Amino acid sequence: MLEAQRITKDFKSGEHTLRVLKEISFRVESGQFVSIIGRSGSGKSTLLYQLSLLDRPTSGSIVIDGKAMEGLNSEERTQVRLFELGYIFQDYALVPTLSAIENVMVPLLMQGKDNALAVQSATDALTRVGLSDKLSNLPSQLSGGQQQRVSIARAIAHKPKIIFADEPTANLDSESSEMIIDVFKKLNQEGQTIVMVTHEMEYAEKTHRIIRLSDGVIISDEMNKKGKLSNTKTA
Amino acid sequence: MMRSTSSLFQSLATTWKVGLFLAIRDIKRSNIWTTVLIIFIMMLTFLNLIVVRGILVGLVEGSNKAYRERYIGDLILETPRLKQYIEQSPFVISIVEGMPELRAYSARYLTGGVLEAGYREKIKASDSTESVNVIATGIDPAHENQTTHLERYVVAGSYLDPNDIDGVLVGASLLFNYTPVDTPSQRTLKGADIGSKVRLTIGKNVREVTIRGVIKTKVDAVDLRVFMPQQVLRSMLDRSDYSVGEISIVLSDPSLDRVLKPYLLANGVGQYAKVSTFDEGVPRFVKDLIVTFDVLSNIIGSIGLAVAAITIFIVIFVNAITRRKYIGILKGIGVTGSSIQCSYIIQALFYAFVGIALGTCIVFLFLKPYFAANPINFPFGDGILVADAPDVFVRAVVLFIATAIAGYIPARIVVRQNTLDAILGR
Repeated sequence: MLEAQRITKDFKSGEHTLRVLKEISFRVESGQFVSIIGRSGSGKSTLLYQLSLLDRPTSGSIVIDGKAMEGLNSEERTQVRLFELGYIFQDYALVPTLSAIENVMVPLLMQGKDNALAVQSATDALTRVGLSDKLSNLPSQLSGGQQQRVSIARAIAHKPKIIFADEPTANLDSESSEMIIDVFKKLNQEGQTIVMVTHEMEYAEKTHRIIRLSDGVIISDEMNKKGKLSNTKTA
Repeated sequence: MMRSTSSLFQSLATTWKVGLFLAIRDIKRSNIWTTVLIIFIMMLTFLNLIVVRGILVGLVEGSNKAYRERYIGDLILETPRLKQYIEQSPFVISIVEGMPELRAYSARYLTGGVLEAGYREKIKASDSTESVNVIATGIDPAHENQTTHLERYVVAGSYLDPNDIDGVLVGASLLFNYTPVDTPSQRTLKGADIGSKVRLTIGKNVREVTIRGVIKTKVDAVDLRVFMPQQVLRSMLDRSDYSVGEISIVLSDPSLDRVLKPYLLANGVGQYAKVSTFDEGVPRFVKDLIVTFDVLSNIIGSIGLAVAAITIFIVIFVNAITRRKYIGILKGIGVTGSSIQCSYIIQALFYAFVGIALGTCIVFLFLKPYFAANPINFPFGDGILVADAPDVFVRAVVLFIATAIAGYIPARIVVRQNTLDAILGR
């Protein structure tokens, strides 16, 4: 479903080149809940940006559903992000001038859905994350956990093939964090593929598979016995 | 081909739909005072475009109007070059009286003269007296009033009585009390006012007259004249004919001047008089003024437009740059750059539309009626605000287009930035 093939990412700073990712390869199968962990600076977020097409690797290839992404232009990558992928950012990344339902509706409208259908899909998505009573609230009227759940609703509303989550619990208290992980687990149980970056082992242990990164290389890639998750087709 | 056209149309529709969706929420939920300020700026910019030009044009228009209403009329018959008067004046007047669409006319006897004041206080022959060169004008007071409404412009004293053979009306530009200027190029009489005895010399004929009234029309050609009943002036002329110097004609429909000029010429008037429409007869300096003010108003208008474009550019740029992160997020979740740009263009157009609408209301409901009732007092005319609906519409469209461009450029600059850099704020 998702494959990273010898992904390398360099950052240039003046005359120096910093290699953040070093020929990383792995494969995520449909229905997996994968966590990428590592210390700060290990390259885990950078890897997520390459996988989710928010950035272009210096070399290597990302393959989604058998299609290589490196040949796509910006517009085509935008289309892939719009139709195939979902994003959950560390700081929720909601548009402050849009209410909860409107934030969720934006990608649906962009897909060409009419207003009524977008409202229905967004309402369904927000109901799934337990926010059916907060549809009209602006982000500033929601708690951090609620905002992150809106972000999840936005990511799932258009039924993407893969959801990418970048440290989704980093800004939340433990109660809200648990709630978010529970939402992920529930989504995964329904068949949703999720790739999550986290530095909290406690939450990584709730996923199928844990990929450990250090200095831009994978140091371990293990199935997680504690994860107790279903739907995993291939490790 | 059909399919790709349909797909392109659908893509465009989605782009604008999402742009509108984002723009409406942005406007609705942004700080109310910021919105009010932006709209206020747009309104002032629009007023700047309309009012500055409108007053400049209105000034010329006021001067033009004054010449038409207070002196020339819609057609004017003048003494041809190298002649001293309109020959066969009774014949010419009979043609004028028989012309269609005639509302009023005034035949004026004209001659050069000297007006003196202070001669009664002169003790020795060497004592100087005040004197000014004037155009002595003999009129039928009733006809003149029907033609130029001269009585309205009496600022002191009273209008001419046709039977008052000793009374004259003096133009305000000849009296220091009404035009406090006394230079070698423009002399005024300091000691003369209403009731003063003044001496009028025309050729060898001298007559003492009394100033009954002072007129101020803001038309130099009138305000430098001394008016008296026509029989008084005729008695001072060394000729016994009825030959007048000029005839102003007012039509019931001023736009017929171009039709009725050929009528007069066809009836032989051109043999004895120079026939001019108002536009032809208006003095050269007024025509130059129109051209100059037109250039000025275009320059000022262009500067106003540039200021408007820069203002909206800054507003949208600041708006977009402060939301760079959210623009990055929208791009990240699949919203196209075009939709985001549309959203900013729509916002800019909204600010422009409301600003223009308010500005238009102020122009038509307040400023125009106000200036019509209280014209600006310029020395050579009454300044009104000229703002015709078609002209206002054209300027609104130009401002609208400038706003759309000025809104698009900054949005494009911000939208084109790297998505991830925008999201991460780096």
